[in-house]
Amino acid sequence: MLQTNLKHLLSAKDLEETVAKNENVMVCCGRMGPMCIPVYEVMDDLQGEYPRVAFRDMEFDSADATVIRKLPECRNFQGLPFTVYFKNGKVVKATSSIQNRDQITSILDTQFPAKVVAQ
Amino acid sequence: MSPASFDAIVIGAGPAGLTAGIYLSRSKMRTLLLNEGAVGGQMVLTHEVANYPGVESASGYQLATTMKNQAKKFGCTIRSNISVTRMDLGGETKAIEINGRETFTAPAIILAPGGRSRPLGVPGEEELRGKGISYCATCDGDFFQDKNIIVVGGGNSALEEAVSLTKYAASVTIVHQFDTFQAFPHAVEEARQNSKIRFIMESTIAEFLGSEALERVRIRHLSTGQITETFINGVFVFIGYVPNTETLRGLVDLNQSGEFIVSPLLETNVPGVFAAGDSVAKRYRQITTAVADGTIAALSATDYLHTVGELGSVEEAVAVS
Repeated sequence: MLQTNLKHLLSAKDLEETVAKNENVMVCCGRMGPMCIPVYEVMDDLQGEYPRVAFRDMEFDSADATVIRKLPECRNFQGLPFTVYFKNGKVVKATSSIQNRDQITSILDTQFPAKVVAQ
Repeated sequence: MSPASFDAIVIGAGPAGLTAGIYLSRSKMRTLLLNEGAVGGQMVLTHEVANYPGVESASGYQLATTMKNQAKKFGCTIRSNISVTRMDLGGETKAIEINGRETFTAPAIILAPGGRSRPLGVPGEEELRGKGISYCATCDGDFFQDKNIIVVGGGNSALEEAVSLTKYAASVTIVHQFDTFQAFPHAVEEARQNSKIRFIMESTIAEFLGSEALERVRIRHLSTGQITETFINGVFVFIGYVPNTETLRGLVDLNQSGEFIVSPLLETNVPGVFAAGDSVAKRYRQITTAVADGTIAALSATDYLHTVGELGSVEEAVAVS
């Protein structure tokens, strides 16, 4: 299991249920490596700022992570981590390798914009 | 005193910044540690640290976590993954604004922003990062099992990682801009003895090509100008680091490489502003040298704060230093 403060996806079923139950989901699938740790830390920091997004991680080498590794959106990825953004059950964005806070928030703001409540 | 006001603010949480945080907090200075990325800096890029005295072996991440916990235990406030949006270093009280909305002040600042992997800066690099172009062999090496790859660079990192990548790759070609290597002789010898490694000297990558993933590279011979195009599965770039000091130019003295110019006590040209770590102009950059810098900068800053406190103003403190 990854040593992060994020909720972990431990199986493909976990992922399926999380994506079904939450409108916006960001999953970082990686290892405890130098390119992955910064992404987990940014996600952890953003949890309070983006309550509309479910932030999860998944162990890249677990058998069930095949479901992420084999996504068509990740077929050309050759750099950890694989980070995938789901909206209403569908993949809307995927990135390979390290991303910084600005890159991640830019995707979150574009793909999962805050809902404007009518006065 | 305002909750946003500290005795010292350290910018950067690599080994230099974390050490400064430990020393300052332990001497009861109210210390804020600000970091734009993940805590640990370049240290977390190291898979195994085996030459840090007192620690037989640890990952860079483990070492960083221990240092962070030490700093926090002594009362250091740490804010990571922030953006520094404004710095006013000129007056007695320095001000640092983060994320465009919060401002912190302190009479002493330690700048330890570290560095980042130097990109080649050629067409196709940004688009194909993570899709065949990598800067971390331990992270991405196993994506290139039985593939043909290139390692760019001629220093210790490039040569050592090239050898390490032969565990996975069918072949490793080292492309280096000079006709000799800068790496230590033993690293060069080990690479030369490896049958999977070949060398292209006096050459550089001119362009990365590929639609959805890296497919080919254009290599330019620097003496003849001749360009050759090669099919390749992956490229690992190890051509050193650039200091994260772009936003500090004009605020403190930097050399032509963008590194801080400092005194032996790690003072910059601005009173009350100190610098430490890989972004300081120096020959050697190791975790141990960064830790030493962090210690010296923290002790210098503590001395400065005591002097300012005793004399009552920064100007007087500078006058006697």
